[in-house]
Amino acid sequence: MTMTRTRPGDDTAAATPSEIVLDVDGLSVEYAGAGAPVRACTDVTFQLRRGEILGVVGESGSGKSTLITALTRLQRPPAVTTSGHVVFHPQSGEPGIDLVPLKPRALRALRWTSLSIVLQSAMDALNPVMRLGAQFVDVLRVHDRSMSNAAAWEEARRLLGLVGISADRARSYPHELSGGMRQRATIALALACRPELVVMDEPTTAVDVVMQRQILAQVLRLRREFGFAVVFVTHDLSLLLELADRIAVMYAGRIVELASAEDLYRTPLHPYTRGLRDSFPPLHAPVTRLEGIPGSPPDLRALPAGCPFAPRCPAVMDRCRDILPPLLSHGDPDSPDARSVACHLHDEELIP
Amino acid sequence: MTAPVLEAIDVAKHFAVANSLGDSSVVRAVEGASIRLEPGRITAVVGESGSGKTTLARILARFYEPTSGVIRLDGVPVAGDGIRKRAVQKAYRKDVQLIFQDPFGSLNPLHRVRHNLERAVRLHHHGRSKAALEERVTSLLERVSLTPASDYVDKFPHELSGGQRQRVVIARALAVEPRVLLGDEPISMLDVSIRLEMLNLLDTLRREDGLALLYITHDIASARYLCDDIVVMYAGQMVEAGPKDAVISSPQHPYTKLLVESSPDPHRDVAADRDEIFGAADELGEPPSLIDPPSGCRFHPRCPFAMEKCTTTPPPRAQLGDGRWADCWLHEEGRADELSGSTMTELITRKLTEERR
Repeated sequence: MTMTRTRPGDDTAAATPSEIVLDVDGLSVEYAGAGAPVRACTDVTFQLRRGEILGVVGESGSGKSTLITALTRLQRPPAVTTSGHVVFHPQSGEPGIDLVPLKPRALRALRWTSLSIVLQSAMDALNPVMRLGAQFVDVLRVHDRSMSNAAAWEEARRLLGLVGISADRARSYPHELSGGMRQRATIALALACRPELVVMDEPTTAVDVVMQRQILAQVLRLRREFGFAVVFVTHDLSLLLELADRIAVMYAGRIVELASAEDLYRTPLHPYTRGLRDSFPPLHAPVTRLEGIPGSPPDLRALPAGCPFAPRCPAVMDRCRDILPPLLSHGDPDSPDARSVACHLHDEELIP
Repeated sequence: MTAPVLEAIDVAKHFAVANSLGDSSVVRAVEGASIRLEPGRITAVVGESGSGKTTLARILARFYEPTSGVIRLDGVPVAGDGIRKRAVQKAYRKDVQLIFQDPFGSLNPLHRVRHNLERAVRLHHHGRSKAALEERVTSLLERVSLTPASDYVDKFPHELSGGQRQRVVIARALAVEPRVLLGDEPISMLDVSIRLEMLNLLDTLRREDGLALLYITHDIASARYLCDDIVVMYAGQMVEAGPKDAVISSPQHPYTKLLVESSPDPHRDVAADRDEIFGAADELGEPPSLIDPPSGCRFHPRCPFAMEKCTTTPPPRAQLGDGRWADCWLHEEGRADELSGSTMTELITRKLTEERR
């Protein structure tokens, strides 16, 4: 069996550490509650390459939001990371930093400068009683104490310009801006200290399709310019197919398939991925009757013994009900097009 | 053309709003909207948030009295000048039902599914026996594919998934045997994998029960999947309408073109370059304020085709045959073929570059 697992600091991995910006290994997150703890995220392993856009897609309860709060250490009790590593590799070539056990002080130094986040609701991410520019100045001067106030305001105006917001808007309060403008401002803010990694949690869900297109075009352009990597979380696979380099599909807290956007669209290996792809009616191709995926997502408190998708799966076999299929690589794990899937349908092909 | 069950003619809805200083102004949420819903036909209204589509649904559901215009049920005016509001309410509700976006907020959480459904049956059909009620509730649940009904009837709303809850909401709407269903984004809060089942259910109701359906959405692809006709709204006005495939494949209003081109299409040729798909869509503009909407055509500040008269005079409605129409000066000017050329992104970018020079 070929398992592409890169232990932190393991130089024999498929890609050299300098090409990897984030190395997530065996990450599990539980919610402690009155009864038994609920595992919202189980054994999540993936690597994010420098400058790559990795899409994470899943339905409600798939663990995608839990995953990104764990990645960015923004989770609050009762969510607890029970195992795993999230190793950040700085571009400078310094040794990787595991974010999971990191002390708050060290974590604060990394935030904004190395890793930043764009949240779904821009109104919640911006301070409603501070002028827009002042919030940029705040971030800029905390991370570069030598910067003068005037220089920071100048930089704030330049950053707003990057997302098409005119400089005179820097004096506005968040409520004076439209929803789309606010969301673009949070993106500019996330880029203020030139991070190497930006995590985006459904950044365009609250805006209209035209604004969505505009925001994503700007993200793509800025990424070309600055070379940051993106983890883009959404429930909208149709959007990721157009936007992402690679896509991780989550179901019931686990990654069930990870592949390039094109492979995922053309040859989905997991029946859930296929079902999800076929849940989006086409905009131009002839309309045929589509069925979606019968049933509903499982209750994380009472997961079936085997594959969590088995009760809804059109290709279910006996072993699916008893044995949980692990996420294994499919094809050559060292190639840049490496993909992996967690499904018994592909067991035979995976065993060398 | 079949006779419409429900028809709105030139309806408008204005809301008075007061700002923090106490000055009041008027939001023109919907203006000059006309729509006809026919039995067994599904009409979609698409547009961005703030385009007035939800207000239109609520006018049709008689939640709002229209500021002006007429609403007719079976040709009989039910709203408009000289009509007393109270007299028509209950009978109207029996014919026209609204389904909300949020299945979590539209069922009484303190009561079981049975109570939620029985209440609707009782209110509109007096004097049913207990056995008859039970039978009716069971058949309603079966109608929305919640089978066996006994598994669901004694559950509380929180024990159901989002998709199941929305089915109960639809079952409750069907309890009064309506002839018109108004769906205000009925699937947008549901998980992607179960949205299609809901659309297929609505389609079945239309085919088997001959319901007239209004489907309000911002998702053009789902509108195309479900509907017969599409109406596009922008800034409180209807700008284009027609058979769905014609509207989507060859938009005759610049705003429709922008909307269609901006929508994700997973089945687009994926070999297409990503940068090409997104283009240089750096500044596509935003919908205007409805307190002080632009003069002339409301889309003109964003429109790359805008001419002098677009800024001053509202465009006339161009009838394009086969039930299609568009409110745009390009048709009057014989420039409609320009709509099938370059993408809106290219056109807008070109226009902005020229302006900056």
